Amino acid sequence: MTQESDLSCQGLVRRFGAHTAVDHVSLDVPAGAFFSILGPSGCGKTTLLRLLAGFDRPDEGEIRIRGQRMNEVPPNRRPVNMVFQHLALFPTMTVGDNIAYGLKRQKVPAAERRRRVAEVLEQVGLPGLADRNPQELSGGQRQRVALARCLVLRPTLLLLDEPLGALDLKLREQMKVELKHLQKAFGTTFVYITHDQSEAMVMSDQVAVMRAGRFEQVASPEQLYREPATPFVAGFVGDNNRLSGELVGLDAGLADVRLPDGTRVRGRLAGEAPAKGAPVALFVRPEALVLAGEALRPDYATVRTEVRTTLFDGANSRVEVRHGDQTLYARLPQDGSAPRLTEGSTLYLAWDPALARVFALGEP
Amino acid sequence: MNRQVSRLSLWLLLAPFLLWILLLVLVPHLQMLRVSFQVRESWDTLEWGLSQYRNFFTESYYWRTFVRTGVMSLFTTFLTLLVAFPVAWYIAKLARGRSKGFLFLACLIPFWASELVRTYGWMILLRESGVFSAALQALGWADGPVEMLYNDIAVIVGLVYNGLLFMVVPLVTTLEGMDDTLVEAGYDLGGGHLTVLREVVVPWAMPGIVSGCIVVFMLTLGSYLTPILMGGKDSAWFTQQIFTQFITRFNWEQGAALGVLLLVLSSLMVWLGLRLTGQSLRKVMG
Repeated sequence: MTQESDLSCQGLVRRFGAHTAVDHVSLDVPAGAFFSILGPSGCGKTTLLRLLAGFDRPDEGEIRIRGQRMNEVPPNRRPVNMVFQHLALFPTMTVGDNIAYGLKRQKVPAAERRRRVAEVLEQVGLPGLADRNPQELSGGQRQRVALARCLVLRPTLLLLDEPLGALDLKLREQMKVELKHLQKAFGTTFVYITHDQSEAMVMSDQVAVMRAGRFEQVASPEQLYREPATPFVAGFVGDNNRLSGELVGLDAGLADVRLPDGTRVRGRLAGEAPAKGAPVALFVRPEALVLAGEALRPDYATVRTEVRTTLFDGANSRVEVRHGDQTLYARLPQDGSAPRLTEGSTLYLAWDPALARVFALGEP
Repeated sequence: MNRQVSRLSLWLLLAPFLLWILLLVLVPHLQMLRVSFQVRESWDTLEWGLSQYRNFFTESYYWRTFVRTGVMSLFTTFLTLLVAFPVAWYIAKLARGRSKGFLFLACLIPFWASELVRTYGWMILLRESGVFSAALQALGWADGPVEMLYNDIAVIVGLVYNGLLFMVVPLVTTLEGMDDTLVEAGYDLGGGHLTVLREVVVPWAMPGIVSGCIVVFMLTLGSYLTPILMGGKDSAWFTQQIFTQFITRFNWEQGAALGVLLLVLSSLMVWLGLRLTGQSLRKVMG
């Protein structure tokens, strides 16, 4: 099934002096999708969003929204609205006037305006708050007003610039789920930028991982997690353990890796096979590590480690161990089967080689 | 004991302020008010009466000057706002780092010279044998010397120039406090330049606009040198009449009445301005 794409960018470049903030980025967002751009701060994601909103112009490349070229269109004429990081609600207007601002610009008659403001407030779960001032609302309520202010205009594309950053943890978890529901209810295409991988994973249909102005990988959250395409993605998305070593052999897609202390471990090779003896990094997730001694299978890879400390965090409890000079974390089962671990004791960790990823190092 | 000491130190700390309010603000004004209601019957007898105030309303020259001063001050304030707003916007939002400080200083520098010197500066530019007149003749745009001084436009130019700094400073302060994303949001939601200015920027800057306007209006209304020097003999300014009564005619009673009327006018205009813009004095001056 081919979907009409709401936003498509070809080879976008934006330079600031010698620094290239956005470096040949191309993307395609299908209609009705929740698309996230995930990256550490300074990776160029905010610049990219400002190019899409029209506050900045690309030096190269083309932006098309529903097939229309947008490069020269000023922000007030683009079918795009933005939820700002600090929301930017107009403090001199009531909630109702904030939401009606865009409708007034579209010359919607007053009666119709009032009806649509009431309707959208209902949809975001804030009925009857039109006469309040934004300052009187809680953080979560302001968030919803900012969304309503954009959604009432029925934009083709809604851009969101880390809007959950200012909320406390509990509210953020709640808003994540709510945003996803709202996006489904309105059917608007969302482009969401964040540095918080959990936000991107929970809400998105597609996530682009961005680093130094480029997209490292564009995939569904599950694919990003299970099959990261680069060492950066493997390290950035979700918790991961990294072991450095060198490649000694290849057997049916499984790489044989020698760690600095001579231990031989195995994992699935990602990408092109490098030459033997090349430096590689093996990534294995904390939940893939099993404490040896439990029903260990012969084809599992095993490393001998020394316990440093245990970190209790409910279902997310982990043990921190050292293998040589590399630190690893393993998920501790919370069904009472975990052995008592004392600092300095020896612990064998094992994993299914199919769940570990091996990347050749030294490539860009 | 300790309590008494702390109370004493509080009074000592307050003393300069209280003395200032009492001696320089309250006493002179109450005295003025008292004098304005005294009618001189002969050289040594004074009666209570309203004849000074009656004079003001019956003598058309007085109240015409009064109205003219008020209207021209309002116009000057408005003009100052128009000139100062883009300047303040540039300093607050567009200038960065060093150039910001430099521009602010450039606004301040003229105020290192006294009002008299600044006004004479304008006279050097505008008079018949002045710089502008000479330039116009040199360019062949005028046949003879052009007199640009001694008219209302010259007075307003001088007054706007004098008020500029007092408008720029509060505007820069409020505009600097405005989040740039508010402006971006204004555009993003479909507004053009004028809409964003009217709906977003001006409402935000309102406290600064009102406080700047109050200060400039008061300064203009009470200015003396500029209207006299640049307006010439035909230009009537209300402060000039107060001066005439006190100094030339030695009619303190009439001068005091005119002074009280000026105070009432300026207070009334400020109150009206605050009312119309929906601002409170505390918010504006805070």
